[in-house]
Amino acid sequence: MDKESSKHHTFTREELLHALNERHSPETQQKLSDGKVAIAGLGGLGSNVAFALARIGVGMGRGHLHLIDFDVVDLTNLNRQQYLLEHVGLTKTEALKSELLRINPYLHIQTDCVRVREDNITYLFDQDEIICEAFDDPEAKAVLTNGILEHFPGKKYIAASGLAGYESSNLIRTRRVMPNFYLCGDEVTEASYGKGLMAPRAALCAAHEANMITRILLGKADV
Amino acid sequence: MVTVNGKSIGLSENITVSEYLKQNQYRPERIAIELNGSILPKSAYNSTILKDGDVMEIVSFVGGG
Repeated sequence: MDKESSKHHTFTREELLHALNERHSPETQQKLSDGKVAIAGLGGLGSNVAFALARIGVGMGRGHLHLIDFDVVDLTNLNRQQYLLEHVGLTKTEALKSELLRINPYLHIQTDCVRVREDNITYLFDQDEIICEAFDDPEAKAVLTNGILEHFPGKKYIAASGLAGYESSNLIRTRRVMPNFYLCGDEVTEASYGKGLMAPRAALCAAHEANMITRILLGKADV
Repeated sequence: MVTVNGKSIGLSENITVSEYLKQNQYRPERIAIELNGSILPKSAYNSTILKDGDVMEIVSFVGGG
C-alpha cells in the first residue's frame, strides 16, 4: 500500500453498497446503480449534477456516468463548479472523474473530452438512457436539444436554461416540455454585469436536473 | 389560428416557421421547436408552413451553466 492510500481505510464495494442500501433501500438502490446517464458539459450545472448522482450511487451497478466536456478547469470556474485549486489546468473530464471516484471508487465512469457537435451526437450518446444538458453556451444547448430530440426521441432528455444571478430561488422550476424533454431553470436569466453565474443558483438548477434524473430512474415521469 | 407557446395567434396566410421566427425576433441558433407534439428539425423550418390549428412550442435557450 502506498503512502497516499494508507492514510485512509480502503472500503470494499460491499461496504459502500451496504451504506447506500441502508439510506435508499436495496430496491431503490438497484435502480439507481443501474442508471445509464450522460452529462454533457461539466461546469456549474454538470459538475453539481455529477456530484449528486455519484453520491447516490448512479452507475455503481450495470449503469454508468458518462461525463462529456472539451474544456480545462479555469480559476474563474471555482465560483460555482465542483473543482479545487489543484485542478486548474486539468481537463474537466479527468478532474471530475477523479473527484467522483473519491466519493465512490466503484462507479463506472466514462469520459469524452470532446466538443459536442451535430455530427457526433448519435455516436456519443448511443449507450446512454438519460441525457443531461449542462452547457454554458446557448447555441450548444440548442444543438444538443435538437440533436437528441431528432435522433433519440426515445431517450429521456433534461436540459437547463436560466440560472444566472441571484434572482429568487423559487423562479427555478422543472417543466416537462415534451414527454421525454424536461427543462429546468427560470428560462430567462442569463449572465449580466453584476449578475453573473454564481454557486447558489447554479447549484439550485443543477439540483432540479439531478432530481428529475433521479425521479426518472425510479420510475416517475411527471415533474 | 395557431397556438404559439400557449397563446392563440392569428397569422397572415402561408407563413413559414422561418418567417415567423424572423418576424418575432427569435434567434434560430438558440431555439428548439415542438410542432404538434414532435420536434421540428431545423432543416424543416424553411419549408414548414404554419396552418390553422397548429400548436407550436418554441423553447429559447439563454446562456449559463
